[in-house]
Amino acid sequence: MNAKTADKIATGVIYAIASSVALILVAMLAFILVRGLPHLSWHFLTASARSFEAGGGIGIQLFNSFYLLVLAMLISFPIALGAAIYLNEYAKPSLFISIIRTAIEVMSSLPSVVVGLFGFLIFVVKFHLGFSILSGAIALTFFNLPILTSSIESSLSQIPNLQREAGAALGLSRFETVIHIILPASVPSIVTGVVISAGRVFGEAAALIYTAGQSAPTLDFGDWNPFNLASPLSPFRPAETLAVHIWKINSEGIMPDLSAVSAGASAVLIIVVLLFNFSARRLGMMLYKKLTKS
Amino acid sequence: MDLITEKIKKTSLSTKQDRFGKLISITALILIASVVVLIFGFVISRGLATFTTNKVSLGHFLFGTDWNPSVVNKKTGQPGVGALPLIVGSMAVTFLAALVATPFAIGTAVFMTEVANKRGAKIMQPVIELLVGIPSVVYGVIGLTVVVPTVRAIFGGTGLGILSGTIVLFVMILPTITSMTVDTLKGVPRHYRESALAIGATRWQMIQKVILRAATPGILTAIVFGMARAFGEALAVQMVIGNAANMPNSLVSASATLTSVLTMGIGNTVMGSLQNNVLWSLAMILLLMSLVFNILIRFIGRKGELK
Amino acid sequence: MQRSHRGAYITALVVVFMVGLLAFAYQTRDKNGNKAPITAVGSTALQPLVEAAGEDYQKSHPGVSVTVQGGGSGTGLSQIAQGAVSLGNSDLYAEEKKGIKSKDLVDHRVAVVGIMPIINKSAGVSDLTLQQLTDIFTGKIQNWKEVGGQDQPIVLVNRAAGSGTRAAFEKWAMKGASSKEAQEQDSSGMVKSIVKSTPGAISYVAFAYKSNDVTMAKVNGIQPTNENVENGTYPIWSYEHIYTKGKPEGDTKQFLSYMDSKEFQDKYVEKLGYITMKNMQIDRDVNGHVTRK
Repeated sequence: MNAKTADKIATGVIYAIASSVALILVAMLAFILVRGLPHLSWHFLTASARSFEAGGGIGIQLFNSFYLLVLAMLISFPIALGAAIYLNEYAKPSLFISIIRTAIEVMSSLPSVVVGLFGFLIFVVKFHLGFSILSGAIALTFFNLPILTSSIESSLSQIPNLQREAGAALGLSRFETVIHIILPASVPSIVTGVVISAGRVFGEAAALIYTAGQSAPTLDFGDWNPFNLASPLSPFRPAETLAVHIWKINSEGIMPDLSAVSAGASAVLIIVVLLFNFSARRLGMMLYKKLTKS
Repeated sequence: MDLITEKIKKTSLSTKQDRFGKLISITALILIASVVVLIFGFVISRGLATFTTNKVSLGHFLFGTDWNPSVVNKKTGQPGVGALPLIVGSMAVTFLAALVATPFAIGTAVFMTEVANKRGAKIMQPVIELLVGIPSVVYGVIGLTVVVPTVRAIFGGTGLGILSGTIVLFVMILPTITSMTVDTLKGVPRHYRESALAIGATRWQMIQKVILRAATPGILTAIVFGMARAFGEALAVQMVIGNAANMPNSLVSASATLTSVLTMGIGNTVMGSLQNNVLWSLAMILLLMSLVFNILIRFIGRKGELK
Repeated sequence: MQRSHRGAYITALVVVFMVGLLAFAYQTRDKNGNKAPITAVGSTALQPLVEAAGEDYQKSHPGVSVTVQGGGSGTGLSQIAQGAVSLGNSDLYAEEKKGIKSKDLVDHRVAVVGIMPIINKSAGVSDLTLQQLTDIFTGKIQNWKEVGGQDQPIVLVNRAAGSGTRAAFEKWAMKGASSKEAQEQDSSGMVKSIVKSTPGAISYVAFAYKSNDVTMAKVNGIQPTNENVENGTYPIWSYEHIYTKGKPEGDTKQFLSYMDSKEFQDKYVEKLGYITMKNMQIDRDVNGHVTRK
């Protein structure tokens, strides 16, 4: 076989592989959406779930998912940012740093059910937080921190050292360089990383089953005082999220329209995650333009 | 004069700021480190209880093939805590999934960096990212409604088993391996390509003999990374593998993995009992395995640097 | 410099504003609506019933909140034994679960669950004796033709070890024998769909999961129906227990007596696929002694 034919065959094989991967994704998305979209309606998106009658919705679960995500991000982002800045800008290679890096990587491959059980025993039981949004948010933080830290760190490390040297040459301290030069330059990829990890958090179920709980008490959407238990903003109420809801009705649901609710909820989950992914890029680019102009 | 020396000697505002920034960022790092230490300590102390309080021998745990902790084995007089079937199950799905995913991942990565024009790469990039984003519950549901019936139709039996687990995991780790391979390939210097083409190599010869060779350490790292993810995946695997804690004897009979037994059993056991402790021992194995994977990645990375 | 100062001022202002808002919210919070909630944890089989009770109870008793979680009978029992929750839901007697100090736990039986064998339609078997069930699940009988069905190998599908349904099945259908190691599923819904689609498969689910896609086998010739459980002829069933640590008090006590009330039992229990305590003509203690009421 001469080199030219080999080249042609190889090119063909590579095209075939790439298109089959694309096909897998398209088929999966189509499968979920085709099964789920017919069940979506305004009622389904806003009504509260019913445990044993047809016609329930996912309104409260959807709200819980977003609220929990926001809280978890509020806690984990500053910590992850700080840690990533230290790891990338200050840390000198040493045994300590290398141990910490390994620990973070090991933790990011830890099964999330272990994180959930840990959260259950420590926060729900020991600290008497009960099954609550707060316990769930802390568990999600544990789950999210390693992923977010390494994603931010790799964003920071993509900024060429020239920028740091330029900062030093201007007489800026390292901290000033980070705040005024490195961070603005890496905002697009940090934002992309944050939004993508938000998508993962949004779809996480195992870590929440034992922390945020599996029940969604009725909320009073007229009451926005976070210190009232019935208020949507209360961090002390139990909150079943969308992913947990899917898991729960698939395992023990007894409502007659079970498969419809499950398919619809999966479709909503996928759509939200897709939105996260698409908006991540857009947002990143927009911020980049804005920050580099001034 | 004095005023000037004083001014120079005094720590400047910038230095103060810098110290402040360093303090804040190292606090964050230490916070994360302590969380990791806490979880490690917790899992390990619980996991070791099987051996210290319940007096199970390590050999029996690692190499025993009888997994049934709630029942005392009549032959040995000990509860069935042999985790070997689960370890073998986990290893099998992990390696098989990596084996299937690697050619696909390399092919796609080569497509994106070397073969395709800008538009092709632009299409594949979001495809890979979207695959990462799909929640594992959804992978499980798809596995159960599509993969399992297909396997059942072809091979008979229940359709649940290592083969179904492998297929689901293959799709789950494919994007991880692909995107890391893409990064590695992009890191191969441009002049490698140019010199290969200059001496008359075809594109495939260049890819095969130069680029892939130069990128081998990076690709290996990517594969190990994917395997680490496969090893720790719980919900999706649990839904399709069948969860029978027998030694796996075929690809299409029900088997179990460490994670599937862990997720299923933990709610049904009582804190502090042997049945519960032994599940934490499984979690400890998971933890140690991901440590091993990480050390492996380090090792490969260092080997790659030396070349 | 000017710019960064301005940023700092704005940040400070926002922080002060947020703190003020929170303080205002704390001052104006609804002081009556925040009683400690009643938390129930445990058995997933009992969860829907307690949830239904909780929803109703909250409507008639504003200000009380009832939180119901799954987690499994083991979690329920160990949490109530530690006093971490107000109610522990379990499919088993606490005495039956290893590692539970059942001394100070008070048992409240709220419903009965019947469990029936389900078989894939292709097996051609619709009636099994208890002995045959035992032999099938211990692996002595491996082909359906041995019990009068088609020539087809038997595929066992178990619930997870330690789950309440499996414990009840092994205790009352197999006289305490333990099942052969076979594939295990976490949930009744999954078990049902696997039996439906796998030729030769057999498993067991609660009556609530009855379905015409599978053969719901008679046991010793007796149909698995509520009536037959109530009059004591159908043998495979278990009580659903809610445990409290010590005697229940206050809200918890009221909630439990609501669950026991005729109003609640009539309205929900049968509708959700359980059997009401009121209709049971027999009583069975932890050791299996049956007494007629």
